[in-house]
Amino acid sequence: MSFSSVSCLKQRMRGDRMRVSCPAQTPLWRRADGYNALCMKTVAESGKARWQHETLEPALKKSPERATTFTTISGRPIDRLYTAEDVEGIDYDRDVNNPGVFPYTRGIHPTGYRGKLWTMRQFAGFGTPEDTNGRYKTLLKAGGTGLSVAFDLPTLMGRDPDHELSLGEVGKCGVSIMSLADMETLFDGIQLADITTSMTINSPAAMIFAMYLVVAEQQGADWKKISGTIQNDILKEFIAQKEYIFPPRPSMRLITDIFAFCADQVPKWNTISVSGYHIREAGATAVQELAFTLRDGLEYVQWGVDAGLDVDAFVPQISFFFNAHSDFFEEIAKYRAARKIWAEAMRDRFHARNERSWKLRFHSQTAGVSLTAQQPYNNVVRTALQALSAVLGGTNSLHTNSLDEALALPTAEAATLALRTQQIIAHESGVTNVVDPLGGSYFVEKLTKDMEDGALAYFRTIDAMGGMVDAIERGFPQQEIAESSYRFQQAFERKEKIMVGVNAFVQQDDPPLEILYIDESTSDTQLAKLEALRKTRDRERVTRSLDALRAAAGTTENLMPRILDAVRAYATVGEMCDALRDVWGEYEEVPII
Amino acid sequence: MRKLRVVIAKPGLDGHDRGAKVIARALRDAGMEVIYTGLRQTPEMIASAALQEDADCIGLSILSGAHNHIVPRLMELLKDKGLDDVLVVIGGIIPDVDIPKLKEMGVKGIFLPGTPMQEIIEFIQGNVRARV
Repeated sequence: MSFSSVSCLKQRMRGDRMRVSCPAQTPLWRRADGYNALCMKTVAESGKARWQHETLEPALKKSPERATTFTTISGRPIDRLYTAEDVEGIDYDRDVNNPGVFPYTRGIHPTGYRGKLWTMRQFAGFGTPEDTNGRYKTLLKAGGTGLSVAFDLPTLMGRDPDHELSLGEVGKCGVSIMSLADMETLFDGIQLADITTSMTINSPAAMIFAMYLVVAEQQGADWKKISGTIQNDILKEFIAQKEYIFPPRPSMRLITDIFAFCADQVPKWNTISVSGYHIREAGATAVQELAFTLRDGLEYVQWGVDAGLDVDAFVPQISFFFNAHSDFFEEIAKYRAARKIWAEAMRDRFHARNERSWKLRFHSQTAGVSLTAQQPYNNVVRTALQALSAVLGGTNSLHTNSLDEALALPTAEAATLALRTQQIIAHESGVTNVVDPLGGSYFVEKLTKDMEDGALAYFRTIDAMGGMVDAIERGFPQQEIAESSYRFQQAFERKEKIMVGVNAFVQQDDPPLEILYIDESTSDTQLAKLEALRKTRDRERVTRSLDALRAAAGTTENLMPRILDAVRAYATVGEMCDALRDVWGEYEEVPII
Repeated sequence: MRKLRVVIAKPGLDGHDRGAKVIARALRDAGMEVIYTGLRQTPEMIASAALQEDADCIGLSILSGAHNHIVPRLMELLKDKGLDDVLVVIGGIIPDVDIPKLKEMGVKGIFLPGTPMQEIIEFIQGNVRARV
């Protein structure tokens, strides 16, 4: 909050209110309107050094601290005390600023959550489309304000349930969607014009999105008005989650096709949710999550621009998805830094002029990896704290994990409790009354700056490699994450990092928890449906549409209209992906340990 | 004495490989010879890898719920190939109700989330059968 003496002087000359409030002091916080918000006698003036000498050292002699160093969950050392000296060099107007104003460190909305609360969006999907449709109706009735679809692994990997690799996976980790017919069932009785839907789908995003559009069309909803999100973030699949199908470059082409198609036909749709969540779950530190996610974002923008799109025509529909991990302040700093980095990159690197392109909007989800199978009720507390950090960091939408998710997909009761956790934060804690309540905290501002510096250093490394696609092909982010993940595991084993109930405060004989058990009937049901579908649909129309898709894959034409045709013919996800596999091949990674 | 040879495999469609990679590295650091197969291995591929690599132990990482299909098939293939003395262990998310069935099939160790690496290392060292 710097305030070099020259800028101070200018402030004094200009700000008469300031002169009245604190005539002789060094202003610590300068605001856009010239008013100094934090003019108080501080530790800085007496000097941290003096405090250390006079107050701290005698105290340490009497009772030493619990450890010699204190670190975040990411291993970042944290000082014992932050004072005005730590925020010298941070300029309020330039680096922080008020909410709703560039660079949006304090939030993209001038009124924070006083205007509109975040969207409480609970990720759900399991078994057959009928099973999941029932869960959605329950969630909407319980006050959920958006839907979020979890697909099973065969769907995510573009395989039909009768493929060899789908063995035992159908409907297990999410809902099984084979064709348009399943999508019709999934949203039966739910008006797509009235809700927003987020779909966690990546490699086959174009196919699943096309199915959603056709269902909307059948319901009479206007494509120009419907909204929702497809995750559609293939880069983090190569980096972390590994649900890739095609090699990176054709995968990127599918994504830019979606950007172009939506800019024209589905303008309110969020075409991509650039995701750090999975990068973090794979073992990245907070800075790595921030850096790789935002650098992925820049890569998509670059590819869009290179494909001939105007930045401001598609960037406003790019959103982000971060992890809400356990280290409270580090997470808050991460979100604040993310907004600043994105705003500056869009304005200065890509010359976006539309303010909507500058504003980073993000969904967050509490950290699945922090949940423990041991003493599972502890997970409710973990999730509440993580959710609070996301809210204090200004999340635009939030998913809270359920207490049983280290064991299985959540039961309806556990999922409802997770939603209640958000409602308690929103309506009882009082934290939504004020915008960015932690802004101005020496610690949070310094940590925000440190996160930004760390991310920008990674940007330079990745830029030097030629961009994120090149960095991924070299295995750079994968290697960085593997290192961090192993380091954390070692710290955990040495008990330098504690997980309550796992490596400390262990108790024997946890009472068993009722869990959701997905039996094999889903697979049988879906296999029978698939067989029936293959008999009843217009086979010639299917073949024709798949041939057209295959032919188009080798050209530069936008593939979305071809995919929509195939979807309308009830081609399956597996068939459409196979048509593209024929042309593009499949990606195989060299594993990095 | 030759080093213990361990095949770490990730069967099924799931790509969440953090656990597989961390354990692969921990076993290597503990002095074992580790062969990591990479992702999306069918039971056939895993059994072949065990044969080719002359493995003493196979470690499977399964989080997706597909174990009830994958494990019986793998155990059958190991038997066919005369590899039923290879120690098979699983790490991941396995519902309690499935554990007795898996043990009955011949899986010796099942390690749930939060298991210390050292415990897994010692289990492998203590349970692997000396192979000629």
